[in-house]
Amino acid sequence: MNKILLVLLLLCGIAFSGCSANAPDAGTVLQRGIPTDPESLDQHKARSTQALEVLRDIGEGLIGYSRTGELVPAAAARWDVSDDGLTYTFYLRPDARWSNGDPVIAEHFVFGMRRLVAPETAAFYANILDALANAPEIVAGERKPETLGAEAIDDLTLVIRLTRPTPYILALFTHPSTFPLHPAVIKEHGDSFARPGNQLANGAFVLDAWVPGSVIALRRNEHYWDNSETALDGVNYHIVVQDSAELNRYRAGELHITSTVPTESFAQHKEHFGNELRIAPYLGLYYYGFNLTKPPFKDNLALRKALSMAVDRELLAEKIVGRGEAPAFSWVPPGVSNYEPTVLGFAALSREERNKLARSLYKEAGYSKEKPLRVELRYNTSDFNRKVAVAIQSMWREVLGFNATLINEEFQVLLANMRQAEVTQVFRSAWIGDYDDAHSFLSVLRAGSAANTPRYASDDYEALMQRAAEQADASRRALYLEEAERVMLADHPIIPLYFYVSKHLVSPRVSGWGDNVLDYHYSHHLSLSATD
Amino acid sequence: MLLRVLGAIPTLLLVIALTFLMVHAAPGGPFDAERALPPDVEANIQRAYHLDEPLPRQFVRYVSGLLHGDLGPSYRLRDFTVSELIGDAFPLSMKLGALAMVLAIVVGVSAGTMAALRQGSYLDRWIMAFSMTGISVPVFVVAPVLVLLFAVKLQWLPVGWSSTTGVSRLVLPVITLALPQIAYIARLTRASMIDVLARDFVRTARAQGLGMFTVIRLHALKPALLPVLSYMGPAIAAILTGSVVVEEVFGIPGLGQAFIGGALNRDYTLVLGIVVFYATLIVMLNLVVDVLYGVIDPRVRNR
Repeated sequence: MNKILLVLLLLCGIAFSGCSANAPDAGTVLQRGIPTDPESLDQHKARSTQALEVLRDIGEGLIGYSRTGELVPAAAARWDVSDDGLTYTFYLRPDARWSNGDPVIAEHFVFGMRRLVAPETAAFYANILDALANAPEIVAGERKPETLGAEAIDDLTLVIRLTRPTPYILALFTHPSTFPLHPAVIKEHGDSFARPGNQLANGAFVLDAWVPGSVIALRRNEHYWDNSETALDGVNYHIVVQDSAELNRYRAGELHITSTVPTESFAQHKEHFGNELRIAPYLGLYYYGFNLTKPPFKDNLALRKALSMAVDRELLAEKIVGRGEAPAFSWVPPGVSNYEPTVLGFAALSREERNKLARSLYKEAGYSKEKPLRVELRYNTSDFNRKVAVAIQSMWREVLGFNATLINEEFQVLLANMRQAEVTQVFRSAWIGDYDDAHSFLSVLRAGSAANTPRYASDDYEALMQRAAEQADASRRALYLEEAERVMLADHPIIPLYFYVSKHLVSPRVSGWGDNVLDYHYSHHLSLSATD
Repeated sequence: MLLRVLGAIPTLLLVIALTFLMVHAAPGGPFDAERALPPDVEANIQRAYHLDEPLPRQFVRYVSGLLHGDLGPSYRLRDFTVSELIGDAFPLSMKLGALAMVLAIVVGVSAGTMAALRQGSYLDRWIMAFSMTGISVPVFVVAPVLVLLFAVKLQWLPVGWSSTTGVSRLVLPVITLALPQIAYIARLTRASMIDVLARDFVRTARAQGLGMFTVIRLHALKPALLPVLSYMGPAIAAILTGSVVVEEVFGIPGLGQAFIGGALNRDYTLVLGIVVFYATLIVMLNLVVDVLYGVIDPRVRNR
């Protein structure tokens, strides 16, 4: 008997030992949800949307975004562009400070950008500055990082030299990978400079603590130049893997802003939450790709077109997806600045006309009821992707009369299959824009692009994209890009299905929230009222 | 003794080799994402993490790191080493499991004894009905229901781990984890208690005028608990596996969550690290048990 008691006591001892206690934050602290841990808070090792979101709170680039998604001066107070569009001169804010009080100077931006392109950094976004002089050669290991087209003239003047006019370059300077780095912090801490306690912030908040799988705590950066405008004393990013759990935490008042809203019973949520539910167009596309390197889709335009036409996108967006998403008839989402997306030719036709045309194209491709197409549709395992795939399978069955085989694969497996382009036929994929420019989408389908999963290759498309790249005039450039999209859409390498929307629950206590296509919400812009 | 310790080394090596092969055989790599990387960038990353080397070389590199006590950097959480991640996660999982175990034993044994004493009464039926439910309803159903009731509706307890630092955040996860074990232990205790209560020595004790409580405490409980004790092994295993689900639902940064996240993201080093950790733990526990047997039973000692 005593032995049993002893065991119980021992277990109790284990249970209450090492009760770690990080005291709850005082003051106004915003509680936000994110779906997974950031892979890193080193700006050059980060790549997921949630990592970049946290980094935009900690750091500040030359340029930033307003609440509603317009480019605004940030660490740079103003800038000039040379007439040929190849040289940008940025004039930094003299009052910009790191969280240790050191001034943020042009040399820190140069240091950060050189580290970004240096091969040994192995940055995910190493190619984001490809337009800068020598950048691609540095990434490839052919030149030294010191040759990069970024130069500090003095403490407050930064000159960026480009090899081609790049109208979207300003948007790139809002990206965390181009943020400044303090050389001293790297010197002192090496690769672990981004950890709590080591990291220096030049943004509105400083990294306070990070418990993987649980929470990332930021506190106010007292040295931030615009600190007087920061309303919050801190921000906690809670890592909540399941969207249903996130919803529960929001309902219990533990979160003020969620990263998403579950698809299940969305209509109910909409009714229940009213204005707290924020839905806005988002620079993202959900699509199906064709493997263009293998039969049956290789050199078979009629078949690809038939399959694309037979999909009732309006029905899909409204009834199956049903969260306010727009049916997609183009590759570049509507709402991209300085751009008028071209739409698929059949968008103007009625459902019946589309079906009729689809059937005749299907026949033209050599298929019929007696000799139906045998095709596999691959998607990464999730209830939602399955729902979409089943809907499209039945649309194809109804209009064209063939039965696609649905194959669900774990995400990493599907990605590997897409890369190899051996077993894939039709596959589910998506693209989220990195910056508000058509180039962020159109460059994906270029010949050398690793993200070109359909393996689309067209000389006309390449030529038009090249011309657009050399064009300094924004509206002429847009014309080339639009033409390129038209050429590509007519080749049907993909089936655009719907454009994403961002979906958040935002507590009535939060003010300063602005909907924007990039779905960026700097905590610096937000404030929290006292409990209602 | 020394032989036994040495004997554990090949076992561990085998476990490491098999896991190493299995994680690398799974399609996809730790740095694959929807946003595929340009070849130059990809090559730089592969080089930085030695993923461009042939597998045997990677294996040797891993094992030699291991011999220096280095489990390597996590591929997915690139700011952390695997040792740090395990070091943070394991105490939490252990604490959760230990609490659930205590709760399961205390509540399960008490409920089972009460049911046995009032055999056939309403109390007995209620306890048995409850324990049947506890056994048959899976954790991933119980957890959300508890959350909805106590955290969302009544708001007595927090939903998420990271929302508070108090003890209150332990309540729901521990109950969820303990519930099936409470149920099982209650049934076990009841059955064996009924059996023991019908024995002669209990009748004798009662006939000598001892109260029921004293009889149970001094005489009946010990033999009645034997089946419960032998159930401890499976119970610990069940709590270990159950904690994976519970950690996921309540957002607890324990070892289960780390393991699943690591496997899904092809975080080779993290998965390997956790497997090595668990394997070492089990091998060591077995050794300890063997040594203890020797202490208890002298016949084993000198063999």
